[in-house]
Amino acid sequence: MTVTETRAMLAQGGDRGASGHATAPRKRRYTEDQVSLGRVVLRTLAGLVVLVVFILPYLIMFFGSVKTKAQIRSVDPTYFPTEWHWENYLNMWSTPETPLPQNMVSTIVISVFATLLVLAVALPAAYYTARFRFPFRMVFLFLVIVTQMLQPAVLTSGLFRQFAALGMIDTWSAMIFINAAFNLSFAVWIMHSFFAGIPKEVDEAAQIDGAGRLTVLFRINLPLVWPGIVTAIVFTFVACWNEFAASLVILSTAGNQPMSVALTKFVGQYETSWHYVFGVSIVAIIPVVVLFMLIEKRLVGGLTAGSVK
Amino acid sequence: MRALPWIAPALILIFGVVLFPAGVMFYNSTRKISLSGLDQGSVGFDNYVEVFTFPYFWPIFIRTIVWVVVVVAFTVVISLGLAQILNKAFPGRRIVRLAVIIPWAASVVMTTMVVYYGLEPYFGIINKFLVDVGLVATPEGYGWTKNPTTAFAWSIVVAIFVSLPFTTYTILAGLATVPNDTLEAARMDGAGPARTYFTVVLPQLRGALSVAVLINIINVFNSLPILRVMTGSIPGYDADTIMTMIFKYIQNQHKVDVASALSVVAFLIVIVIVAVYVKVVKPTREI
Repeated sequence: MTVTETRAMLAQGGDRGASGHATAPRKRRYTEDQVSLGRVVLRTLAGLVVLVVFILPYLIMFFGSVKTKAQIRSVDPTYFPTEWHWENYLNMWSTPETPLPQNMVSTIVISVFATLLVLAVALPAAYYTARFRFPFRMVFLFLVIVTQMLQPAVLTSGLFRQFAALGMIDTWSAMIFINAAFNLSFAVWIMHSFFAGIPKEVDEAAQIDGAGRLTVLFRINLPLVWPGIVTAIVFTFVACWNEFAASLVILSTAGNQPMSVALTKFVGQYETSWHYVFGVSIVAIIPVVVLFMLIEKRLVGGLTAGSVK
Repeated sequence: MRALPWIAPALILIFGVVLFPAGVMFYNSTRKISLSGLDQGSVGFDNYVEVFTFPYFWPIFIRTIVWVVVVVAFTVVISLGLAQILNKAFPGRRIVRLAVIIPWAASVVMTTMVVYYGLEPYFGIINKFLVDVGLVATPEGYGWTKNPTTAFAWSIVVAIFVSLPFTTYTILAGLATVPNDTLEAARMDGAGPARTYFTVVLPQLRGALSVAVLINIINVFNSLPILRVMTGSIPGYDADTIMTMIFKYIQNQHKVDVASALSVVAFLIVIVIVAVYVKVVKPTREI
């Protein structure tokens, strides 16, 4: 069997395993006789309740974001906006409270570079630990689990002192390293289990065909573990995008802070610009929610692979 | 040694940004550090003494345990129900599943802030709703976020809400591994839905559940933003957990040394909880 054939065969199998769906085409069971109409109606109603509960806070956010400051703070508030002030979405970028364009750039730069760093560091480690036995392999995997338990919040004082000594307080690079380090374990874990899911015979076949170690990794394995990599990327990116505790302590200049921290600047001691808080929130939430929704189908399979195993 | 090129970058990152700062933190917890950040020498365990003799320490400790136990317990029970609903076929299921993801992807700070706003007296929308349906008698609503007990209770609600998506999806992943034949067999044997669920499905979910609980314990214990937003403006220490207390030491009192000591205590508590949990539940049978 040639390498390409093996790969094609496994890609099919691997994909099925990763997405967690059975081979048979999914039947829409609610149209069949075995489930009564009453039960389908009941399930749909339950689904509707769940839908409303989960969307409600974000709907309130959205409605608040198009009200004026006076409307949102009026003593007899309305549930729905009576006028739609879309200009809030323009004005929020230039307020005395925080330089929002810079906060946006800061969030993007930190998240993108931290994710790239995680990928560059976790991928080889996940591949090697899944493929080879070596001394201290378990020690290494144990270290990875320990970092999962330690979160930036509990280590803030240590991180602050260390980066202060390095002269890196209030820099993006400090936050890139911190985000990367604390999201490393999940990425290693999830990619490790995807690599472990590929039979060794695939690698051996490729090596017999004369492929080197790196060729095996990049040409043979990567296409097969692609779903795992995408899941790891999205998880890391979203976690970095929303990081709060370490940014709060490490980044002191307003322009360097990410949006999660900048948002709190709109909260004043006496009054809060809630319309801007919500406008910024909506703008910050939409991209990551879309990213997460794109991998929704993989979440079920990816989580089994990543954590349940 | 052939492994080194592959795992060295990860090791450098783990040692440089996780283990070394942890070491710095341990070291600082035995030093006196001035308000401006100057190390003024060793003080032995004085910082720990300050942590434990702080009159609010034990209430804060107990509140932290309540926080973790209540949030995780409710999260798991509600998620089990949610997963059952989302695992059944019904029109529009995909949309509902997507909606459940939103609090997971959205920043916790942002989700908490909308609830905080909603609970404001006079203009908060949740307060208005509670007044409109007659649950709150005063027309201006109730100052939920002005009172430490109610602010803490609402923080628990928010914490449960944002923990549901991950937990539900992990349980869904577990449900996907329950073989259909087993369910069929249980039905053949005459087991009703409840009996099937408790004797067949739930035991199969053990792996998924134990991991979900473990990760939730760690996350909820380390959670800062919810309580900081909901209770941060309340004077005193009647709604603090260990995590918010660490940040009060750092940011309000500029006592990095005492904060380090409390962080070490927090770290040890996490380790103990996780160790006991792993010992009892054994979530990972193999790696």
